[in-house]
Amino acid sequence: MKVLYFAWLRERLGRDFDEVSPPDGVRSIADLIDWLGAKDEGFALATANRELIRAAIDDELVEHDTPIGSASTVALFPPMTGG
Amino acid sequence: MSVTLQSEPFDPGALVNAFLSSSQGAGAAVTFTGIVRSSEDDPIVSMTLEHYPSLAKRQLLDLRDAAIARFALIDATIIHRFGTLYPGDPIVQVMTLAPHRQAAFDGANFIMDTLKTTAPFWKKEERAGASEWVKAKQSDDAATARWA
Repeated sequence: MKVLYFAWLRERLGRDFDEVSPPDGVRSIADLIDWLGAKDEGFALATANRELIRAAIDDELVEHDTPIGSASTVALFPPMTGG
Repeated sequence: MSVTLQSEPFDPGALVNAFLSSSQGAGAAVTFTGIVRSSEDDPIVSMTLEHYPSLAKRQLLDLRDAAIARFALIDATIIHRFGTLYPGDPIVQVMTLAPHRQAAFDGANFIMDTLKTTAPFWKKEERAGASEWVKAKQSDDAATARWA
């Protein structure tokens, strides 16, 4: 699974994406953020305020409790500021 | 050109003229142009708009469809730039076409209010010696919510 990062989250992590294979227990977006944070302190710090993290699964905006299922691409990013 | 994402500048007037020339049966067109803001007391040098291309395209196409259905618009167009922009540059243009003005105004308003919080774009402002990501505003969430 590819996990994409955008804007300040991308900058704080110092990378555009990770290629990961989460274990079965990682079911939701929230689980995925927990799991990535447990492996990487920088990730845990950057995502500490969960209210500032938005998510998409395969080009669809989702909530943190949405199951990741067999997603091929998950994206994590800050609240949007376009327009 | 119903939904366009581009790094190149666009000419708002030319876009309006092209849009109006296809306005069969319409009694009202509304155009909104968002511009890179810079003020004398807080000048910015440039603005960089990062985006998530595939999701941005999908969100804007869905938003256009939703606006046309909800307000019975004849047509709607959204153009949004990404990349590096400068003060005074147009960022986004939304145009709606309807039989009567209220639907055209409401449709454009709905598109902008919803786009702000649901289309994956992020602004970074560059000032002399520093750059900073623009923070999302609660007032933007409230503006989106009023159409729920």
